[in-house]
Amino acid sequence: MDYNNLKLTKMDIKVLGTGCPKCKALEKAVRNSVAELNIQADVSKVEDIMEIMKYGVMRTPALVINEKVVLSGRLPDGKELKNLLTQ
Amino acid sequence: MKEQIISINKSKPGWMLPFLLLPLWIVLYWNLQSLANFLIDDLLKMKAGSHLTETLRFFIFEVPKVMLLLVLIIFIVGVIRSYFTTEKTRKILEGKSLFTGNIMASALGIVTPFCSCSAIPLFLGFVEAGIPIGVTFSFLIAAPMINEVALVLLVGLFGWKVALIYVSTGLIIAILSGWLIGKFKMEKYVADWVYSVKVGQAGEQEERLTFNDRIKRGADSVKEIVGKIWIYILIGIAVGAGAHGYVPEAFLGSLLGKGSWYAVPLAILIGVPMYSNAAGIIPIVSVLIEKGVSLGTALAFMMSVIALSLPEIIILKKVLKWQLIAVFIGIVTIGIIIVGITFNYLI
Repeated sequence: MDYNNLKLTKMDIKVLGTGCPKCKALEKAVRNSVAELNIQADVSKVEDIMEIMKYGVMRTPALVINEKVVLSGRLPDGKELKNLLTQ
Repeated sequence: MKEQIISINKSKPGWMLPFLLLPLWIVLYWNLQSLANFLIDDLLKMKAGSHLTETLRFFIFEVPKVMLLLVLIIFIVGVIRSYFTTEKTRKILEGKSLFTGNIMASALGIVTPFCSCSAIPLFLGFVEAGIPIGVTFSFLIAAPMINEVALVLLVGLFGWKVALIYVSTGLIIAILSGWLIGKFKMEKYVADWVYSVKVGQAGEQEERLTFNDRIKRGADSVKEIVGKIWIYILIGIAVGAGAHGYVPEAFLGSLLGKGSWYAVPLAILIGVPMYSNAAGIIPIVSVLIEKGVSLGTALAFMMSVIALSLPEIIILKKVLKWQLIAVFIGIVTIGIIIVGITFNYLI
């Protein structure tokens, strides 16, 4: 895989959640971290349960980066979230 | 001494800290009553036995006691839960026969992290994996009813015997209700769209957690849960303390004591529409018992408030047809009534 090329493409970040308080908190934290780290990314919120289930997630909120579920069922702290976003 | 702990923590990994704090916790916990008495009798020089004094004494003793218990138990449960995930639980339950499945689902409901806001994705994930409706229901009944907050408050305010009775009867209700729902073959009363959901296989990858991470999970859950419920506990204990000091002993005895056959159904009728969490309701119930309400009635009331709540029923309505909702509420209610009446007769 061409890693240099991969870095140039925009990151695709999705926050999965049906609207629980933690889901909103995660979306906000992700947007803040993305801005802070100056990452080129599309951040979107997925609220449709059919869409959410496509990722095989059983606990919300969940974080999906480039179509891969990296976290589900809890709110990470700032440090962990930044780690996930920069990996 | 505080500085010492902090400096040790800096040089050692983070998992040491809880173990260093434990002796401090024990010393504090065992001296709470004398501390409260010292504050009330010696420092404030209040008249012992008056309504206000006893109300305040109750409050000043119970609040730190419950908070200390909460921090310890939620921390331990948080660490234990880091070993369980919804994915693992689903895997264990896949292909289990009805009765065995019900027992395992109820037990796993206690230790698997669960939030009623995730009830729908969990339900869909279980159905998709072919886990029978009845087994899924055992999980959905046990998970909210038997939780660490209820456990802490029951141990702290009622003692471990009542806590044990609550947990074991709660488990039995979850097992038998789920088993009955399974026997009734309720699969066709799941909302039709549920079966058309395509659940992806991806899921979250298995996390590799170090012991340090698990300790951190425990600390995180303390922060999260205590941060969310402390206010309910404070209000609950304040109401309880007021009743403790001002309501005469055995005031409710004739109305809701052992002798009245309608006490248990009435308690449930009041309990179901009430939406409160364990944090707010248990301190109040502990005082109700002191004022003459019998244990069975109090148990039934707590279970109906915690296990059957309108908001959760509304959430489940999205995936279940009304027939199944009715059967679910009916069976759990009957279970709670049986528990209540049994304990009114036994004790």
